Amino acid sequence: MDLQQRYRLHPQVALRPEPFGALAYHFGNRRLSFLRSPEILAVVEGLDDATSVAAALEAAEIDAGRWAAFERALATLEESEMIIAVAGESGCAA
Amino acid sequence: MPLDVAAPVGRVTKGETLVDQMRAGLDAPICLTWELTYACNLACVHCLSSSGRRDPRELSTHECFAVVDQLRDMQVFYVNIGGGEPMLRRDFFDVVEYATTNQVGVKFSTNGTYLDPAAARRLAALDYLDVQISLDGATAEVNDAVRGDGSFRAAIAAMDHLAGAGVGPFKISLVVTRHNVDQLDGYVALADRYGAQLRVTRLRPSGRGVGSWHDLHPTQAQQRQLYRWLLDRPNVLTGDSFFHLSALGDPLPGLNLCGAGRVVCLIDPVGDVYACPFVIHDEFRAGSVRDDGGFAAVWRRSELFSSLREPDSPGACASCGSYDSCQGGCMAAKFFVGLDLSDPDPECVHDHAAPLLAAVAPGSTPQSSPDHSRRAAAGVPVTLRRSGTAVRSR
Ligand code: SF4
Ligand code: SF4
Repeated sequence: MDLQQRYRLHPQVALRPEPFGALAYHFGNRRLSFLRSPEILAVVEGLDDATSVAAALEAAEIDAGRWAAFERALATLEESEMIIAVAGESGCAA
Repeated sequence: MPLDVAAPVGRVTKGETLVDQMRAGLDAPICLTWELTYACNLACVHCLSSSGRRDPRELSTHECFAVVDQLRDMQVFYVNIGGGEPMLRRDFFDVVEYATTNQVGVKFSTNGTYLDPAAARRLAALDYLDVQISLDGATAEVNDAVRGDGSFRAAIAAMDHLAGAGVGPFKISLVVTRHNVDQLDGYVALADRYGAQLRVTRLRPSGRGVGSWHDLHPTQAQQRQLYRWLLDRPNVLTGDSFFHLSALGDPLPGLNLCGAGRVVCLIDPVGDVYACPFVIHDEFRAGSVRDDGGFAAVWRRSELFSSLREPDSPGACASCGSYDSCQGGCMAAKFFVGLDLSDPDPECVHDHAAPLLAAVAPGSTPQSSPDHSRRAAAGVPVTLRRSGTAVRSR
């Protein structure tokens, strides 16, 4: 996963907050995923407004030392198309 | 529990496991079954809801819409609509269309009898709708012995109509019995012919299954065969229903827990809410959608559901090394064969339930209530026909 890439929640995905984090349901491919902490929920919810994955992690105040774990979780979400890369846009404007 | 889930995404913090969190219950169910009617044209010998006759108190169209409104507000992503035969309700399409246009997806189960080409086209036009055809054997002989004469032909015709209307991949669902467990490969071939997804689930002694379970449930040797078959085919959906088989070795994919009242529940045709579709009995009735506060209040505050969300005690399974994967099995199965809920599952793969089952006094087992079987069928011992021989069930 490219942390500089911009991602967003798939438009057909709904998030339902739960005590452990949230449930994510994809109305298109009918897959259900568990977001297993409030922090990963915050990161996922922040994707739409962030210019990159890294920016979303920062906005959710995740320590850089823990980014790898979040990257794995986000990659799993990408696999099931819960989140999708926004084509042609990158956080790096240089 | 009747739930098919994609793998949970990586846990990023330590602490309670997902299963612990599920046990304590969720803000809304993940897997909600909603049976729209007790009316059914068939009289399957293992029907979990003893369906047949419509109940005069069934929810009106207006009440069904109100249930959907609540489910939408609770963010229940989809409901499993069944029955009875849901297509026998005159407002079936109205309810389904109301749900799918209100962010409540529908997965609906039918025996296929009323799924003609026009109905198939109407279904094909709906987003967020999945169809599942019930078929309990790969051949007419095996299927019809359980589901009734002509039911195989009707299901195949329905599948042809679905394929013809371009509904997309649908599911075919089989309840595993002693008589069809050897047909599973044939069933795969049948599904493949239609590009259909396979779902195989566990037979429980619920509803009319109270009478037929003893003759239909797989033998221990067949349970082992089924376990290996499922392990080799992780893509076959099981609704997580065979977790008692995980006691045989590596766990089957899934959450491996009884979700009754925690992540699963049932709304029956008259609006009563039960802990799971397989426990339609007063003891597991949590309330009604017609009560003040409707379904949400029942789900969040009923006494029954609160008690089901308490930690389980392993009871008689405490000394079993397989308890972590098996969790003592299925509550419904224990209840309807007359075991205590802290006893091992009646199909315990280590045979720990056998002596307890033998000690259950005949006639002392709970009867499914209510019973909507058509009068000719009600109270009459279920007769299973196989290869021309009549087998009387107990
Ligand atoms: S009672 Fe049985 S069928 Fe119902 S949720 Fe529990 S394990 Fe599943
Ligand atoms: S004794 Fe209980 S936990 Fe062990 S396999 Fe049997 S039912 Fe499962």
